[in-house]
Amino acid sequence: MRPYSGKLDIKHGLVNMSHGSGGRAMAQLIEQIFMHHFDNELLRQHNDQAAFNVPAGRMVISTDAHVISPLFFPGGDIGSLSIHGTINDVCMSGAKPLYLSAAFIIEEGFPLSDLEQIVISMANASREAGVPVVTGDTKVVEKGNGDGVFITTTGVGIVPEGINITGDRACPGDVIILSGSIGDHGMAVLSSRENLSFETTLQSDSAALHGLVKRMVEVAPDIHCLRDPTRGGLATTLNELALQSSVGMMLDESSIPVKAAVMGACELLGLDPLYVANEGKLICICDAADADALLAAMREDSHGQDAAIIGKVIADEHHMVQMQTSFGGSRIVDWLASEQLPRIC
Amino acid sequence: MKYVNEFRNGDIAAKLARVIANEVDSDRDYRLMEFCGGHTHAIFRFGIQDLMPGNVNFVHGPGCPVCVLPKGRIDNAIQLVQEHDVILCTYADLVRVPASKQMSLLKAKADGGDIRMVYSTQDALQIARQNPDRQVVFFAIGFETTTPPTAVAIQIASQEGLNNFSVFCNHVLTPPAMRHILQQDGDQSANIDGILGPSHVSTIIGSQAYAFCATEFDTPIVIAGFEPLDVMQSTLMLIRQLNSGSITVENEYTRVVTDEGNRKAQALMQEVFELRPTFEWRGLGLMPNSALQIRDTYAEWDAEQRFDIQEITSSDVKSCLCPAILRGLNKPTDCKLFGTVCTPENPMGACMVSSEGSCAAYWSYGRFRQPDSTAKQQERSA
Repeated sequence: MRPYSGKLDIKHGLVNMSHGSGGRAMAQLIEQIFMHHFDNELLRQHNDQAAFNVPAGRMVISTDAHVISPLFFPGGDIGSLSIHGTINDVCMSGAKPLYLSAAFIIEEGFPLSDLEQIVISMANASREAGVPVVTGDTKVVEKGNGDGVFITTTGVGIVPEGINITGDRACPGDVIILSGSIGDHGMAVLSSRENLSFETTLQSDSAALHGLVKRMVEVAPDIHCLRDPTRGGLATTLNELALQSSVGMMLDESSIPVKAAVMGACELLGLDPLYVANEGKLICICDAADADALLAAMREDSHGQDAAIIGKVIADEHHMVQMQTSFGGSRIVDWLASEQLPRIC
Repeated sequence: MKYVNEFRNGDIAAKLARVIANEVDSDRDYRLMEFCGGHTHAIFRFGIQDLMPGNVNFVHGPGCPVCVLPKGRIDNAIQLVQEHDVILCTYADLVRVPASKQMSLLKAKADGGDIRMVYSTQDALQIARQNPDRQVVFFAIGFETTTPPTAVAIQIASQEGLNNFSVFCNHVLTPPAMRHILQQDGDQSANIDGILGPSHVSTIIGSQAYAFCATEFDTPIVIAGFEPLDVMQSTLMLIRQLNSGSITVENEYTRVVTDEGNRKAQALMQEVFELRPTFEWRGLGLMPNSALQIRDTYAEWDAEQRFDIQEITSSDVKSCLCPAILRGLNKPTDCKLFGTVCTPENPMGACMVSSEGSCAAYWSYGRFRQPDSTAKQQERSA
């Protein structure tokens, strides 16, 4: 017998403190929203943990806390983002992602209908990626102590034999490949902020990239580095890799794809697309000899159609990322200092 | 034409670079001050210095309103939040600017202060309408460009009887700052041959507002747009003036700027604001008639009167070279604080405060590029 009776009023109901108390209301919420939509064999075992067999080899684990405002934005929402983000962190090692966990921190008063919409979006993203959510947790915090909902997901995956992709392997002479246009996610989210809404057709690029990565490691098992340029954008991610590998980089601005709508919005708001977040792009650093095969493989994938070589790794004791500008000069592409703030004039 | 890429065309830039290279007199130096932070930003972002002959150098001026706002005024704003519990609305790039006691608006916000980043005065008015039980203060900063919108906001508040809204006015004026830099003498005299004049500011006040540079100080000035081709074309125009010896005010940014500027906006500013007898600029000190205050007619919307804001005079960090950098006497890399204790994350002086400041621009786009800087750093550490 179930510990609760009846159905949640998802259409009109709000999350209250009892939904996080461990009692009947929580059981009802878990059953009718989370279990219902995430449904899979491991969840159905109703244990506090998911138990599964793993093949021999090297495993990876990664976790990502998702906080975003607004929760729903053009091209996605916090739900799909929380699936894509962690899958991407796992597969940037070359790994095949296997399972996900999800922890929700929900603010008292959050509409159940919004929660369900987010969970449906997560379930769809997870099913589409073939990576199930197999365990989870729910907490409710008092009104004012959260921002609607925060979602933390953790993913595990297994690295195929012979793959060694890590941020410290970039070498002078390597080429830098970018899988597509930058800034789409950040500008789509900004465009839907309450105090900043501007009309645009831009969509977030939020997507799971493990399919793309699989194609890439098949044609070039010796890829040196992979990383998804999320917060801080392309510029910050390249600086991380330059520092980790103790190298410098020289980019060619004219080869970096930026959509006209992103460029226009950045100009209006005084932002630099190099520092704007992406959620469905990756940077690949590889031996120059592998570049052509990788580009060809990437362009066959829907998430890599606009892949381009954007620069090369150079020796530089200062570990700077520099760029030849389309204008004909050169500049340093520095770490982002604090948050990117719009300029006033 | 979409006006984003057209003025960033690399082929035209290369042609202009050749023309400039042909016209410069190799027996002299051209030290050109770009007054505005917008120009500084363009010079570094697009790598314009690389396209210039070795004897043409840019000197980065004080035209970054965020940078020149003195500590004391930010202390005042923090007091408004902490002591009067107001909702403080501010342009975003002001939040990191250091105040006294290692505070900033960002830290005051983390400490529970209700500080909201807005994109326009209209956002601030809206916040006031939505929070009738709270006092809402707009932290107004900027040169003549951002002043008319503040005037409009005050007029709207007055028309609507929006009594919980007020403006903390910190608007400053470009011509007095330019005059201040040009009229220094002795070892403080500015080391500049020509000026790239403000672009957006000039849309409001017109290019003739700078006639005194040529007539009184024999210094050529070209009103220049913020796009990189504008900067290059204006540089060429300055070089031609200096070569020919006919010194005047020229306007490169004719697609937007006229001789007399925007009369309507000027009338609006005149209606709402009056000259402040004196105002402190970070890095340049006290300057007479260099800022605006709200006229008595609109005193009700003046936060300084409503909250009895007291003037706080603040001293800049002593070893900071900003005053000399702003006059073209030193480069950021000459300052011993640069890149050591003074970085964009922890700015000490005016020039590091905003991304438009010359030290911040050097740090972000140009450090390790100056052939002399490494040697100097080594000397210092030796």
